[in-house]
Amino acid sequence: MNKSGRGAWPYLFLTPAIVLFTLFLAVPIGYTVWLATRRTKVSGLGLGRGARKEVFVGFDNFSAALSDPELWHGWLRVLGYGTLVLVVMLGLALLFALLLDSARARLARFSRIAIFLPYAVPGVAATLLWGFLYLPSLSPIRDVLDVDFLGASTVTYSMANVAVWGGTGFNMLVLYTTLRAIPRDLYEAARLDGASELQVALRVKIPILTPAIILTTVFSIIATIQVFTEPTTLRPLTNTISSTWSPLMKVYRDAFVTGDLYSAAATSIVIAAISLVLSFGFLRVVRGRAFGEG
Amino acid sequence: MATTHRATTHRAAAARRPWGVAPTGLLLLGAIYCLFPVLWVLIAATKSPGELFTTSTLAFGTGFADNVSQLFAYRDGVFWLWAANTLVYAGGGALLSTAVSAISGYALAKFRFPGRNLIFNLLIGGILVPAVVLAIPQYLLFSKVGLADTYWAVLLPQILHPYSIYLARIYATAAIPDSLLEAGRIDGATEWRLMYRVALPLMVPGMVTIFLFQFVAIWNNFLLPFIMLGDDGKFPLTVGLFTLLQSGANQPSLYNLILTGAFLSLVPLIALFLTMQRYWKTDLSSGAVK
Repeated sequence: MNKSGRGAWPYLFLTPAIVLFTLFLAVPIGYTVWLATRRTKVSGLGLGRGARKEVFVGFDNFSAALSDPELWHGWLRVLGYGTLVLVVMLGLALLFALLLDSARARLARFSRIAIFLPYAVPGVAATLLWGFLYLPSLSPIRDVLDVDFLGASTVTYSMANVAVWGGTGFNMLVLYTTLRAIPRDLYEAARLDGASELQVALRVKIPILTPAIILTTVFSIIATIQVFTEPTTLRPLTNTISSTWSPLMKVYRDAFVTGDLYSAAATSIVIAAISLVLSFGFLRVVRGRAFGEG
Repeated sequence: MATTHRATTHRAAAARRPWGVAPTGLLLLGAIYCLFPVLWVLIAATKSPGELFTTSTLAFGTGFADNVSQLFAYRDGVFWLWAANTLVYAGGGALLSTAVSAISGYALAKFRFPGRNLIFNLLIGGILVPAVVLAIPQYLLFSKVGLADTYWAVLLPQILHPYSIYLARIYATAAIPDSLLEAGRIDGATEWRLMYRVALPLMVPGMVTIFLFQFVAIWNNFLLPFIMLGDDGKFPLTVGLFTLLQSGANQPSLYNLILTGAFLSLVPLIALFLTMQRYWKTDLSSGAVK
């Protein structure tokens, strides 16, 4: 690493990223905040020019968003759905990664590729596949199991299944890659001391995996809070999913159906704030990684 | 290739140990669970509308060719258009994204300059911003400049990808020796030349990985094109399939069309996925593919 900055070159190389960052990240965020603190005020009968004015209303939209029962229901639904998805998906990802790395599994390569395959299936297509698999008229599963997958009480589980199916493979790969980077003699030492495969997994591998598990958890939380594609795609197949099933669906409806941009902006900031609070651990994990230089 | 060597010794070691029924069985169960819907849609896509509801759910049908020609005839071949659009968005977007990420990663890894950490942290902070906060104002801003409902509205917001910049920086740190850059500088090469003659060629394997992940991410994106586009001639496959489902969910006679569309939209990605196996790495710090 040379001490000088080589003048303007690094800045020149970073110009495209900085321009894109400004246009598609900084400005939109600023615009959202600006919208979230304003409202259209109608004076008189709301007719004629100047009868509708945008005025500053401070935190009114936020307090409205926070006290909106519909949105709270959405949060509760996503909390239930998200907990289910995170626990099952990351649990399975960890289990499969440890099994792949264990010396005793056969057909590991085939299984690894098969379990990672759903990653290449778009969320819309995944929901569509499972949606049809849930339909009584088509489903091979219904031939065996007599369960109504699209009922009011089961639809959340059915949706969680789609997310688990789509997300397990990627998280498994992250954890498995981390495991493969560990020097093998670490386990050999434990095995010579008479530790079983299971003890090695629990006492040696899982502690080493902890940062990677935290990382995948944070990314999964951010993704799960924004759940939109699956419930939106499943809606045409069942009447148990409302147009405001998840907070993000409500943002979409406010912005593009009812045309209340201000409330949509405030709600999206609330969603972002909750994501940020939950994912603050992430940067601390990343910061621990060496970049080769400080 | 270091990984192969390690894998071979690992396999040899595995061969000496007894193999467990439980680990193998559990992995196969996982594999069956993951493959089942894909295999089922392959079977369902071969059935004529009549066969779909009458024949056994796991038996192949005879209507695949009919389904495909029906799908391509659907609204004057709009499905082809969706497929082409998806290629433009995913291919073009991933190429631009990889270029920007690689150059940014190189600059952040190999130069010291005032504001470096600030710029890096700002760019990385973008990972934490949920797409929802951006999509609506992005739509409004595109509307203001008259670019909503154009290809640009879907392409441009997906070029900057903070996580790819982070990966590119790690990769550049590991793959480009400082001594090589110094030697080039002593020989009087310009920084521009060093970047595209020395740095970028060394970063190619990492760039392939970044390209693949971005390609899949853009291909699979639904929210952004769903918000930005109104004209279905510009839809990518995801939004197209969704509208197909919306119009056909209550008409079982259209189910074979929807299932065939879903199946055909999976084929290219799965092919890419299987042919590029060795580049799907989530850890770029190990010097990756040699």
